[in-house]
Amino acid sequence: MLCENCGKRPATVHYTQIINGVKTEMHLCEVCAKQKGTIEFDTPFSVTNFLAGILEPAFGSQVMKPSFEIQITCKGCGMTFEEFKRTGRFGCAMCYNSFSEKLYPIFRRIHGNTKHVGKIPTKMGENIAIKREIDKLKIELNIAIKNEEFEKAAEIRDKIRELEKKLARE
Amino acid sequence: MDEVVVTSRIRLARNLSDVPFTIKMNDYDAGLVIDKVRDVISRNKQYKFDFYEIRKLPLLKRQVLIEKHLISPALVSSKIKSAVAIDQNENISIMINEEDHLRIQVLYRGQNIQMAWEDANRIDDFLEEHLPYAYDETWGYLTSCPTNVGTGLRASFMLHLPALTLLGYMKEIIETITKLGIAVRGFYGEGSEVVGNLYQISNQITLGQPEEDIIANVISITNQIIEQERQARLKLLNENRAFIEDKVYRSFGILKYARNISSNEALKLISDVRMGISMGIIKEVTIDKIDVLLNLIQPAMIQDYFGREMTPEERDIKRAELIRKILD
Ligand SMILES: [Zn+2]
Ligand SMILES: [Zn+2]
Repeated sequence: MLCENCGKRPATVHYTQIINGVKTEMHLCEVCAKQKGTIEFDTPFSVTNFLAGILEPAFGSQVMKPSFEIQITCKGCGMTFEEFKRTGRFGCAMCYNSFSEKLYPIFRRIHGNTKHVGKIPTKMGENIAIKREIDKLKIELNIAIKNEEFEKAAEIRDKIRELEKKLARE
Repeated sequence: MDEVVVTSRIRLARNLSDVPFTIKMNDYDAGLVIDKVRDVISRNKQYKFDFYEIRKLPLLKRQVLIEKHLISPALVSSKIKSAVAIDQNENISIMINEEDHLRIQVLYRGQNIQMAWEDANRIDDFLEEHLPYAYDETWGYLTSCPTNVGTGLRASFMLHLPALTLLGYMKEIIETITKLGIAVRGFYGEGSEVVGNLYQISNQITLGQPEEDIIANVISITNQIIEQERQARLKLLNENRAFIEDKVYRSFGILKYARNISSNEALKLISDVRMGISMGIIKEVTIDKIDVLLNLIQPAMIQDYFGREMTPEERDIKRAELIRKILD
């Protein structure tokens, strides 16, 4: 394939840009690509657009009544929720808390889930590990009660109490 | 080495809690993060890292690192100061100020995802000990993009799937595995096209599953694709032996005798030869050797190999020369 710009040299740099849902492909030789000053293989457009596509439906209902919405702004970095929706990027760690309520539908759409169950950093992890253990034991407790295994249930209950005491101490 | 899995890669996205994320960062913040991380990395005794500030690297060197998949194009085009630490075996790279403050990446040849995960996890533990990570009890590791939140983990395989492609099965396979939460990309990741029948597949979901499950899921789907590719190669060999032998030998012939060759054409031909070796058609070259070639023919790698900058025209000539030399 020859370069679309000069038509002389072979096209070695290929772009796919999706802007407002319109896909544009560009095939340029390296010389022309350099002149255009865009020597990236990867365009951020596609990612942002993909995200916008995910974010939009989640806000379908809110799009109808935007005038009543109070703009939420992150106290950490000053990012507005509008800005997050537009860029698909958080501005700082505090954004997650600032936009908290609105994130559940987004995460559910992207991941089908809203709770992390993976790695816990050791430094801050002990409390989290205890809480997770308690959650797990509570499920076991319910099963034990349902199966009328009351001795086992009592054992589990004691374990939960012990862990809860440990949490309170810390 | 594996005839289907070319490379295995683990990537962890991490951020610091006390600095704005990269989209809201200025050069001062960016410099602070780089200094902090550089200091911590230098204290690691297990691995020996070389540290590069991207802006201080010559353009050619940056491109070489991209072609070796040690850094991403996004790190190079970053508007703020960015850097990378690369271990001396060139398996581990820690990108600083890409989309996230930290991107820990481990890349191995062949099917070595477990080993890659162990390395990445160990380095993550070490960094976490010395840096204030952005982490939330509910949402896990907080990332710049909501598609990475939770584990921040991307487990990916680069797969060589010439037979499935030739038989026209890829469209259906991609549709199916996409539904299973697996993303399919080209040679250079997101947005890049598939060349040389090389497909990158990786998990899409990062939240709500433990790391081990995410990796196991990608492995399980990869294993099924490997099996299908093997079956497809057998089918081709049994039902179209003459056609396949002709295709493989023609490509081998062009590679061995061409005097002028583009990287895209070379990739396509190398793909045929790579398949031909695994089918036992070509015996004088190993897959290992072909995979070395796969890397070396890229535009910046060619210039790096010959130690000077070249025009695209000159490169095509030198590329042909290098291929002849290696295949000889
Ligand atoms: Zn041109
Ligand atoms: Zn913020």
